[in-house]
Formats: sequence, C-alpha cells, structure tokens
Amino acid sequence: MKAAYIHIPFCHHICHYCDFNKVFMKGQPVDEYLSSMEKEMELTIKGNKQTLETVFVGGGTPTALNENQLEKLVSAINRQLKTDGNTEYTFEANPGDLSKEKLSILKNAGVNRLSFGVQTFNDDLLQRIGRSHRAKDVFASIENARAAGFENISIDLIYSLPGQTKQDVIDSIQTALGLGLVHYSGYSLIIEPKTVFYNLMQKGKLPLPGEDAEAEMYVALMEQMEQNGLKQYEISNFAVPGYESKHNLTYWNNEEYYGFGAGAHGYVNGIRQSNFGPLKKYMDPLTRGELPIMDFHKVTVEEQMEEEMFLGLRKTEGVSIRQFQEKYNRDLLQFFGQQIEEWSSKGLLEMDDERIFLTREGRLLGNEVFQSFIGVSNH
Amino acid sequence: MNREDRLNRQSKIRNFSIIAHIDHGKSTLADRILEKTNALTAREMKDQLLDSMDLERERGITIKLNSVQLKYKAKDGEIYTFHLIDTPGHVDFTYEVSRSLAACEGAVLVVDAAQGIEAQTLANVYLAIDNDLEIVPVINKIDLPSADPERVRNEIEDVIGLDASEAVLASAKAGIGIEDILEQIVEKVPAPEGDPDAPLKALIFDSLYDAYRGVVAYIRVVDGTVKVGDKIRMMATGKEFEVTEVGVFTPKSTPTGELTVGDVGFLTAAIKNVGDTRVGDTITNAKNGAAEPLPGYRRLNPMVYCGLYPIDSAKFNDLREALEKLELNDSALQFEPETSQALGFGFRCGFLGLLHMEIIQERIEREFKIDLITTAPSVIYDVIMTDGTEVKVDNPSNMPDPQKIDRVEEPYVKATMMAPNDYVGAIMELCQDKRGIFIDMQYMDETRVSIVYEIPLSEIVYDFFDQLKSSTKGYASFDYELIGYKPSKLVKMDILLNAEKVDALSFIVHRDFAYERGKIIVDKLRDLIPRQQFEVPIQAAIGQKIVARSTIKAMRKNVLAKCYGGDISRKRKLLEKQKEGKKRMKQVGSVEVPQEAFMAVLKMDDTNTKK
Repeated sequence: MKAAYIHIPFCHHICHYCDFNKVFMKGQPVDEYLSSMEKEMELTIKGNKQTLETVFVGGGTPTALNENQLEKLVSAINRQLKTDGNTEYTFEANPGDLSKEKLSILKNAGVNRLSFGVQTFNDDLLQRIGRSHRAKDVFASIENARAAGFENISIDLIYSLPGQTKQDVIDSIQTALGLGLVHYSGYSLIIEPKTVFYNLMQKGKLPLPGEDAEAEMYVALMEQMEQNGLKQYEISNFAVPGYESKHNLTYWNNEEYYGFGAGAHGYVNGIRQSNFGPLKKYMDPLTRGELPIMDFHKVTVEEQMEEEMFLGLRKTEGVSIRQFQEKYNRDLLQFFGQQIEEWSSKGLLEMDDERIFLTREGRLLGNEVFQSFIGVSNH
Repeated sequence: MNREDRLNRQSKIRNFSIIAHIDHGKSTLADRILEKTNALTAREMKDQLLDSMDLERERGITIKLNSVQLKYKAKDGEIYTFHLIDTPGHVDFTYEVSRSLAACEGAVLVVDAAQGIEAQTLANVYLAIDNDLEIVPVINKIDLPSADPERVRNEIEDVIGLDASEAVLASAKAGIGIEDILEQIVEKVPAPEGDPDAPLKALIFDSLYDAYRGVVAYIRVVDGTVKVGDKIRMMATGKEFEVTEVGVFTPKSTPTGELTVGDVGFLTAAIKNVGDTRVGDTITNAKNGAAEPLPGYRRLNPMVYCGLYPIDSAKFNDLREALEKLELNDSALQFEPETSQALGFGFRCGFLGLLHMEIIQERIEREFKIDLITTAPSVIYDVIMTDGTEVKVDNPSNMPDPQKIDRVEEPYVKATMMAPNDYVGAIMELCQDKRGIFIDMQYMDETRVSIVYEIPLSEIVYDFFDQLKSSTKGYASFDYELIGYKPSKLVKMDILLNAEKVDALSFIVHRDFAYERGKIIVDKLRDLIPRQQFEVPIQAAIGQKIVARSTIKAMRKNVLAKCYGGDISRKRKLLEKQKEGKKRMKQVGSVEVPQEAFMAVLKMDDTNTKK
C-alpha cells in the first residue's frame, strides 16, 4: 500500500456545485471526529505499517480546522501513518484560510504540497458559485505559502461556470500561469444532484455556457498550458515535468489506496469500499472498535481490466501494453481489440509500440471511449 | 343443491355495474359497498380496491374488468347475493364497458353533484339502456360545497330522460347514502332469469392467464349449472375441456362447488392455449350443449394504429408472445407482423384510442420487460388510385406514389364536448385548428353547453383531449364516434436523417399544414436526438422536395473531469449509465435515435398551441 486519502468533511461555506461529503462546521464534534479517524487508521493498519508514497488530505475544507485541531490532525497522521522525506504529502487549502501559524504547523508536520481551490480569478463568478474567498486572497495565500517554504503548490480552476465566457476562462488561466506554479488542475463544472446548482438547473435558472463553449474552453486550457511549458499528464491535470501529483496518479494507475474519514473511499486488498458519510454513523462503530464501512465490492479480474482501461486512458501516456500483460497475463491488443480498432478508426485512440492512448480529440470525448470498455467481459 | 334451492337462491341474486364519468367517484363507491357488505376486514381495505393493476392505481383509472360477490342483508330481512362488475371510465374503453354490462341486469349511474352529466356518462348510460339494464341513479359528492343536487337531478331527467325522482343523494367518500343505494339495488334491479336445469350457457366476459392454472375465464352463467369435473365446450372454437375449478371473487378468488344461473365468477379448465378462450364466447356442456350461443359482443374495430418494435431485435418473438397474452383479454387489440427498414421486425398494432395504446405499450414494457420503440400513431386512410382501385393504408410509409393517387379519404368522428359556457370560445377555436366542421351547439341548462363538431380522427388521436382539457381548465368532457370517411388534401411527409429516409418517421399531414409541421418536427427531432460524433442533417420532404431542415451538431465534449476523491465505483456507474442510455436507443443507419424521437410527430402540437 502506497497511498492514503484523508477526508475532512467540515466547511465554513458550502459551494453551490459541491456534492462531496461535507457539513457546516459550526457546532460539529470536530475533535471527536479527529479522534475517531485516528482510531480508524489504527484499526485499518494494525501494525502493518509501510512507508507511504503519498498522503492526501482533502475535503470538505481541511484548512477550516483551527490551529489546535490542525495540530491534532497532523499528529494523529504522524502517529498512525509512516511517511518519509520522499512522501508526497498534500493538503487541500481554501485561499485565505492559511495563517502563518497554520502554515508552520503543516510545514513542521512534513506537509510538502498544497492544493488551493481557486476555481476562477473573477470575483463576480466566485461570489456566484458560493465561494467565500476573492482573487486577492489567492495572491496573498500563495505568497505566504512560499514564504513558509512551500514550493510544490497547485491550484484548481473550474471552467464552464454559469455565465462564464471563454475569455473569462482564458483570463483566469493567464492569471494562474502568472503565478508560476508547478501544477494546475482544470475541471469542467459538473452539475450533481443535491447541490444548489442542480436545483437552479431544474428550474431553468442556471445559464450554463453549453457543450460547444465548454469544448472551446477546454481546448483553450490545453493550449494555454502547453504554451507555458506545463505538460498535460491527465484529462484535467497539468504540471511542470517532475511535479505530477503522485496521489492522483495512484487512482489513474489503478493502484490501491486507503480512504480514511467520513464518506471516504478506499481500495484495499482488491476491495473497493466506502465509509458511512453522516458523522454519527461514521463515528459510532469506531467507538465500538469496528470499522465504519458502509459498502464494499471485491473487484473481479474482468472489472480490474476494465478499470485499468478507463482510468489509464485518462493519462496522456495511456495504458502500457507490457504492464497490462504483466498484471493480467492477457494481450491488451487482443482482449480489447474490437474497441481499440473502432476508436482508432474514428481518430479518438492511438497506439505506438508500448502504449495505447487518447488522441487530442479523444480527450474531449473520453467517456465515449471509456464506456466501450465497460461490461464487455461480463458475459 | 336441488332445483328449488337454486331457483330460490337465483331470486335473491342482483348483478350490477357502476357507470360513471372518470373522477365522479366510482371506485370510492365500490369500496364503500365492499365495506358495507363486510367483504373485507378493515385491514384488507386499501383505497380503490378493485383497481388491481399497478398501472390502474398509478393512473387512477380502471382498465381491466373485475367482479366481486357480496352478501347483503336487506331491510326485508333476506340475504341477497350481489355481483358487482367494475367498468372502466375512459372513452377508449367503451368496449369493455359494453362487455361488463352484458353480464348485468342493472347499473348504478353515478353523477357528480357539482359537475353534472359529462359526455362520457351519457355514452355509457346509453350503452346500459341499449342492454335493457335497470338504471339506479345516484347523485354523488353531495357534501361538496359546490354541490347542486337538484340541478343535477333535473339534468338526469332532461338530458338522459331517466326518472330521477328517487335518485339517491350520496357521498361515497363520507359514507352517506350507501345503504339507500344497496336497498334500491335490491328493489329495482331484477333477479336473473334463466333455467338452472337447461344446457349450460355461460358468457366469457373477460379472462387472464395464470402461469399455474392456465386461462382463468371470467364468466356469467345465463342458463344451466357448471361444476368441477364437468366437460365443457367453447362454442366459437369448439375446443373441449374438463373444469378444474369454479369460484367467485369475494374479492379474493374463492372456490365454490358450482356456478349456476346468475352467478358471476371464474372457471379454470387447464386451458393452456390463450387462443382457445375468446372473450365474448359462450361456454356450454360438451354433451347435449346449448344449440345457440349467447349474442356475445360486437368486435370493435381499432381506430388507431402504430408500429411496435423491440429495441433489441432478438426480442421479436417475446414481443409476439406478449401481444398474444394481452390479446387474450383485450380483443380490441389487433396486431400483425411488419417490417421497417429503420427498425427491423415488429408489429403493426391497432388500438381503440391513444390511452389504450399507451397502456398496452406500458404493460409490455413492465410486465414483459421488453423495451419498445413505438412509431407515431396513424389512422386508416382510404386511398383511391387513378386506376380506380382502393388501397387501405394504416402505415404512412406505405402511402403510394402521389402520381398514382386520385384522392385520399380519411376517417371523421362526430365529437361531442360538454363544458360550462365560458369555454365555448376556446373549444371552438381548438376544433377549428383541428380542421373541425361545426355541427351543433345546445344549452343543457343555463350554464352548460354541448357542442358537436365533425373532426378528422387523425387530429383527435394526437393530443386533442389534452389540449381540450388545458384550454378549458379541465372542465370539458369529450366523447366521439366514428361517422365515416371524407376526402382530404393529404400528403405523406418523409423524414431523412443523415440523408437517409427513415420509414418509421413518415407521417400523413394535410397539405395546408405541411410546411409548418415539417419545420416543427425537424426542430423537435434536433432537440430529441442526442449529438453524435458527426453532424447529422435532418430533413422533412414531400416526395423529392425538401420542405424543412435542421441540423444536429456534432458532439464536442463528453468526458468526466472530476476525480471524485477516489470514488472509482461512482465513475464506473456513471459510464455504465451512459452506456445503458445508448442501449435504449435504436441504431438507424449510422445515427442513434432514442425512443421519444419516434413519437415526436405525436407531440408536435405542443409548440404551436395557443395557451
């Protein structure tokens, strides 16, 4: 096991598009939650401690924790998980949340990567999507983070926001690039059920840019990143070579990872599992010394192969023919021959001696390709 | 039982139906009657008990017939046996109503005390009178603030011509007047006539198929007696069987030793082939049977036709079996195999109306788990060729070459609508839009008007009823009958997807509306058909001439951006869902077309309705 995801489900503000497991922080049993989570780590690992290559603390809003809570969290992680100088240790951060004190807590705990949820540099849009921060907070946060010794910094941007134009997107990307960071993620907005945006959309009150504009925004994102020396290594991720997120690559490489916290997902010993989301349901079993697992599924070999494809093809480098052979003892080109041929002829898939990968056009229509690899081996 | 016992029992039998306009409280009244006669314990009571199909409960309508045997202790101290036979209320199912009425001697006519007589009430009452049934009028919902029982009493007398002086004032919901209704049934509805010792004559008024028992025939015994072990013969098919079970519904199906004159119940005889029992047929003894069958029913001709195709072509035979099973107790349903270039093998099916069509389609999808493509409904056109021959066309794609056509005639209906006089303008405007010809208008009382139009059936089968409801805030009621064929300036409109003609999308349209409708439908299809990986032109054409066009743009972006915090199962489910959505589409040439698109022509009027 090389990776761990840790979920902090607390937020001071709830964004209009967010469907992750989260709650308003006020009045919540934060300290109890952190203790429960330490218990979960202890029960899960049971002395089988290995050095992790990546630890990712996400949310929710991990930086919503106050200094004491943050201290409690990082020391719990420190007690339960084994990391070393090579471990990529990331905290998700909300711009404006990280005081000098919090930064130093993180730095001292060995955190070496920060990922800021910036979304856009247009203040009107930020307000409209329910974010509490403004563009100026981003500049200040990055400056403080650098001053505290953080170099490996990433920001997330979202495009295809309601009322957003292609020019807005380009402006945000250029501002982001102006910060000279080593890593950027650019996600298109997805409207999920049980969000403010979903309800607005149902009422016809959400002016989304539409598929054509979204495609143009995505192409602009890829072009801007390329022109500035950031290599696209996954559908939504760009990095200076050497700074790719090891944690995210764990997912795309179809490798295993722990998932700690309420509503967190893990992939442990061939089983994909998820924890209870509601805090009480998550914490109660842990007080009895039981794991709060809500759902689990043993992934069959066929499913593993399918996942290898629809996850692996998200990466620019695609899926390695040799590794597929080693992992599954199957010839990729034969096993998925029909799909590979179909999408190659339609110009969405390409291959060389070593790998098969999406074309630039294929990145825009990835789901069309991914679908075809699913459920094939069921019969 | 000996002859005397049987005759004595027979004199205490009362068979009746309840007829009412939809929403006038028929099912609630049936429930109250069941309650009052203690047919059920309180625990078993569910609202609208007789509507047993899921579909019926969901839609709040009765489709299938049901019968139930009840015991009622009347004020004269005697115990009477009632058979209540439920009837459907919708205009499409007039035929089923006539079937249940044929098994009764009386009918309880329920009229809403606020709304008065509706077009459908009238149609059903006339059916009952034609069947020589004794009518027991009931004015229901008298507890409503807007109730006006005296006005309704006058309406029953003036419009229908029934004596309503003894009409029961009732509220089925509040349980008012139920006992009076039961007493009037005892007094007014005659006991069945018939000879228990004569050769058996039992009318099959409905049937269903049970996987364990075979065909279950719902019967009304008119003459003679039938017992388990009896050898019986179906008079229409000549097939013979041995009776394995007879019984009544209480409403649970309850075996009885025999069924005799006046009884309404069920019979099974290990009948495996659904074609061997026809609704409307007469059952008699295998030996020394009756000479003449009962009159049965007039077989009703379908008014509306459409193509039903399995999305998965491998399910063609399953679809045939489903249709055969449904046909068993729905003799108005007709079908024959047909082939479409676009859709493959399927069936051209005939229905009594649009609701009938929707119900059959839903039952096939739910009960038989076959996903269907339904083509837009069509009527039968009479095409007179230049050489004088006549061709019947029930599928628009079979319309002959225009050069060879002398003229086309289409079926017309006489449509009767009743509504408060405030809506006369709206009704007339709607009928004019639908190419209607004004025939008559009459005041039923100071405020209610009956309007008669002649309208092409093809205009009715689309969404006339919905539009009538929406333009009269739901107040108008509607009934229609076929009156024959009239010549019309009709043309066939073809739809081309990606330059290929899709036969299943062709439709017949009046020449004067052709351009407008062509434009509406190509735009509608553009919105209904999802983007493909290439641009798809949609064209509407009359013969070689393109009259409207539109374009489905190529798919530009479909890729999941997010990582969902490692929730790979969710990603998988999303992809599975997208894939599943595609499976429910039909590949027509190189284009994937969803089910709804084939019905686009049906809902065409949504966009140009004046609201």
